[in-house]
Amino acid sequence: MIAGGLALRYPMCGRVLIGLAVAVALGSLATAARAASADDFKAAYAKAQAVEQQAGALKNQWTTTEAELKAAQAAANAGNYDDAVKHAVEAEALANASITQAKEQATAWMQAVIR
Amino acid sequence: MRRAILLAVAASAVLAQPVFAADTVNPPADFKAFRDYFTQRFAKVPLNDFVNGPYSMDENLRKQWVEIDAFPPYQFALDKGKQMFETPFKNGKSYADCFANKGIGIRQNYPYFDAKSGEVITLDVALNQCRQANGEEPYDYTKDDMAALTAYMAYTSRGKPFDIKIPDDPRALAAYRKGEEYFYTRRGQLNFSCASCHVQSAGDHIRTEVLAPALGLVAALPIYRSEWGGMGTTSRRFITCNSQVRGVPLKAEDEEYRDVEYFLSYMSNGLPISGPGARP
Repeated sequence: MIAGGLALRYPMCGRVLIGLAVAVALGSLATAARAASADDFKAAYAKAQAVEQQAGALKNQWTTTEAELKAAQAAANAGNYDDAVKHAVEAEALANASITQAKEQATAWMQAVIR
Repeated sequence: MRRAILLAVAASAVLAQPVFAADTVNPPADFKAFRDYFTQRFAKVPLNDFVNGPYSMDENLRKQWVEIDAFPPYQFALDKGKQMFETPFKNGKSYADCFANKGIGIRQNYPYFDAKSGEVITLDVALNQCRQANGEEPYDYTKDDMAALTAYMAYTSRGKPFDIKIPDDPRALAAYRKGEEYFYTRRGQLNFSCASCHVQSAGDHIRTEVLAPALGLVAALPIYRSEWGGMGTTSRRFITCNSQVRGVPLKAEDEEYRDVEYFLSYMSNGLPISGPGARP
């Protein structure tokens, strides 16, 4: 929109800006299409593990989180870092959800007590 | 004006009461509410029948229980447990030396709060303590040996009413409270608590099975489960429940598992021991 507006008011400047915008867009596509590396996996896995450890401290880990972590490691061992990163990201999301559950239940359980 | 203030204070006290009640540890009040809930909801079920879990829920299920108990699937474990119980340790002593009344007819007093350790001691833990004190290896809390041994001890207590005591000790009250909290806390990806199945959904079907009410739930343990194709201890039952809701289970006989057994056993006070039991 900004590039389009400038292009209307300043045709020369606009052509440069539109060119830059296209270059940025193509660059993004290239990044999105780039295969994940071992380093990407290591970073995603470490992040997921750290969150899962927090869930462990609350004694509220989920089996599905553990399964995703295992799947991530297995995919990485097979050299499939795209899948490995996907599983690690999923594990992190599940671990975060289990932490949210534990924090919410710290007081919410009282509402369920038979009175 | 003063009257209006007094009324406002009184009203706020009344409104605040439920929150206060929920925050207070009051086992006798919990016991009464728990008992009333189940006996009113399942008014046709005789009180002592609650120990038969799903088989107490209606006449057809009760008939099934009678049929099952004619040739009980836990019989092999019972025979094995008796033999194990009567076999002396390598040092010549036996389980009878570790327990009151030589270990016969005492199941209804477990778990108890141990003032020395400040922890809840279940029968399974007491049995392993006995073994270790006599130079024997402890049994796995989830496996057949422990199930057989506790099956026999439960059998010698059949018909005796649960008699769980919560001493006037803040640590005992804290253990009870932790057990209560564990029972009502939702966990696992499926977001279920023990109460989700055994209070809110008690008597309902989950696939082909009928969910047992929490009242009397622990009186039948250990149990033979057709689903397992064998016997299971209390630990195995808790671990399986956690896994089924996609929660990572605690270690067998973890302090929180012992606390929840303490809470549930206290809630079943007065109900007869019916273990070993059999379930689908």
